[in-house]
Amino acid sequence: MDVAAVAQVESPLEQQFQALVDADGRVEPRDWMPDGYRKTLVRQIAQHAHSEIIGMQPEGNWITRAPSLRRKCILVAKVQDEAGHGLYLYSAAETLGVDRDELLDLLHTGRQKYSTIFNYPTTSWADVAAIGWLVDGAAIMNQVPLTRCSYGPYARAMIRVCKEESFHQRQGFEAMTVLANGTPAQRQMAQDALDRWWWPALMMFGPSDTDSPNSAQSMTWGIKRFSNDELRQRFVDATVPQAEHLGLTVPDPDLTWNGEHYVSGEIDWTEFFTVMKGDGPCNRERIANRVAAHDEGAWVREAAAAYAAKQQARSASQGVAA
Amino acid sequence: MSATSATPVTAVDADVAAYALRLGDDALVLGQRLGEWAAKSPQLEEDVALLNLALDHLGVARSLLSYVGTIDGTGRSEDDIAFLRDEPAFTNALLMELEGGDFGRTTARQLLVASYQLPLWQALASSTDPEIAGVAGKAVKEVAYHLDHARSWVVRLGDGTAESHRRVQTGLDEVWPYAAELFERDALVDRLVARGVAADPALLEPAWRATVEDVLAEATLTVPETSWRPTGGRTGAHTTGFGYLLAELQHLHRSHPGASW
Ligand SMILES: [Fe+2]
Ligand SMILES: [Fe+2]
Repeated sequence: MDVAAVAQVESPLEQQFQALVDADGRVEPRDWMPDGYRKTLVRQIAQHAHSEIIGMQPEGNWITRAPSLRRKCILVAKVQDEAGHGLYLYSAAETLGVDRDELLDLLHTGRQKYSTIFNYPTTSWADVAAIGWLVDGAAIMNQVPLTRCSYGPYARAMIRVCKEESFHQRQGFEAMTVLANGTPAQRQMAQDALDRWWWPALMMFGPSDTDSPNSAQSMTWGIKRFSNDELRQRFVDATVPQAEHLGLTVPDPDLTWNGEHYVSGEIDWTEFFTVMKGDGPCNRERIANRVAAHDEGAWVREAAAAYAAKQQARSASQGVAA
Repeated sequence: MSATSATPVTAVDADVAAYALRLGDDALVLGQRLGEWAAKSPQLEEDVALLNLALDHLGVARSLLSYVGTIDGTGRSEDDIAFLRDEPAFTNALLMELEGGDFGRTTARQLLVASYQLPLWQALASSTDPEIAGVAGKAVKEVAYHLDHARSWVVRLGDGTAESHRRVQTGLDEVWPYAAELFERDALVDRLVARGVAADPALLEPAWRATVEDVLAEATLTVPETSWRPTGGRTGAHTTGFGYLLAELQHLHRSHPGASW
């Protein structure tokens, strides 16, 4: 991406665009926008959409086993919401001149990523609660600033998504509360889930800004409002007291309170990059499941297209007859 | 328990309890099967739609199973009833428990079920049992959407490609024989039809057949002919696959006796 060129030589169109963004205005699909801006948004929105649909797998696999009918319904509704988020986000990406099939192909062939968090297995029921509490919680921290993103369709999609994510977060925390106050086995299940999800949740904010090459440009463009580290800090500050309220232990022996913030120990970025590059516990499984669903559904999509074409031909010939 | 509760103390009514259990088990078991589709459907719109169907059925199940616990004299909760019974105590129709198979078979079953449940809930909306009438009044709105969804897919698959036509016809042929059980009568149904509680199967079947035949004609599909009428669900005699469904449904709940979730 020739980000440097964009920043250095500004044409009148570029100046106009930057003035709009600086004034906190919204860029709409028909407006002129720098090529790099469009590409950055396509990549970010697609990655976000992919995360929504891959994210259906780790929790979806507990739908048939949920321990009460109430929890089963909450979980079905949540996974359904995530599918809906995927739909809005692919639609938002489509306003930038790409289509969903093309983006899905990039996901299926590993050329576009999704959040590393979904490459960890959900081996106990408490993982469903922990995901709602921590993963939806971290997603909200990341996404609330996006409701003010400079690109209108993305910002508007985020408003609706954030409402539902915060609902998921509250439900997750409530489910975790029940486990933490339940039988010794349930309590153990809750602690074990926190132990496994805490660090991956912190990694959801991405590498430290000094190691995050696109951050500065995204800020200039009004796509990003806060640094990865700032958002991560907000999450830690909000979540540590919640863990304490639950009587659970955050698995970070170096965690301290500096009078203003909770300061985390060192994040294992080697693990993050290993998972990001494809060698996490579930990367292969997630993509294989996604591709299988897509391939096994090909005949259905083809049928729908064939039927639509027949209907069109029928109404055209009726039009001629009349 | 609130002393000011306006809910009248419900007398034990074994017949109504048994009938509500059939309806509730139908909803629970089909909801469970539909939930298996999460993240596996042919396109994102269907992930939303199939989970929406699952949620509607599970909602009906929760209302009815809770009601059963109040009128069968046991005081069981919806979860006691869903998670702590073994196969012979389940009284769902076999059609509901059949494995979903591919999207063609799932869609064919949805058509058969929705075409039955639309007149069923319409009739039950004026049941003399107020609880059942209440559940039906809500379900009738949902099932109208279920039928639209099933109809639109059966037509698209039937009149789509040669491959989709073959698949949905195969799925239909497989599930079709199980539909007969939906319209069976026994002494319980006779007693409750006489009391105005239950829907009369003799009135439901022609409505069901008319809807299904109409959709199949538009879909260029063949109405299956069969002499086989598998039955037994209402008396607890289930298919082999049902044990696996219950194992998955109940395992976690049963592993933690007495726990709350
Ligand atoms: Fe989401
Ligand atoms: Fe969510």
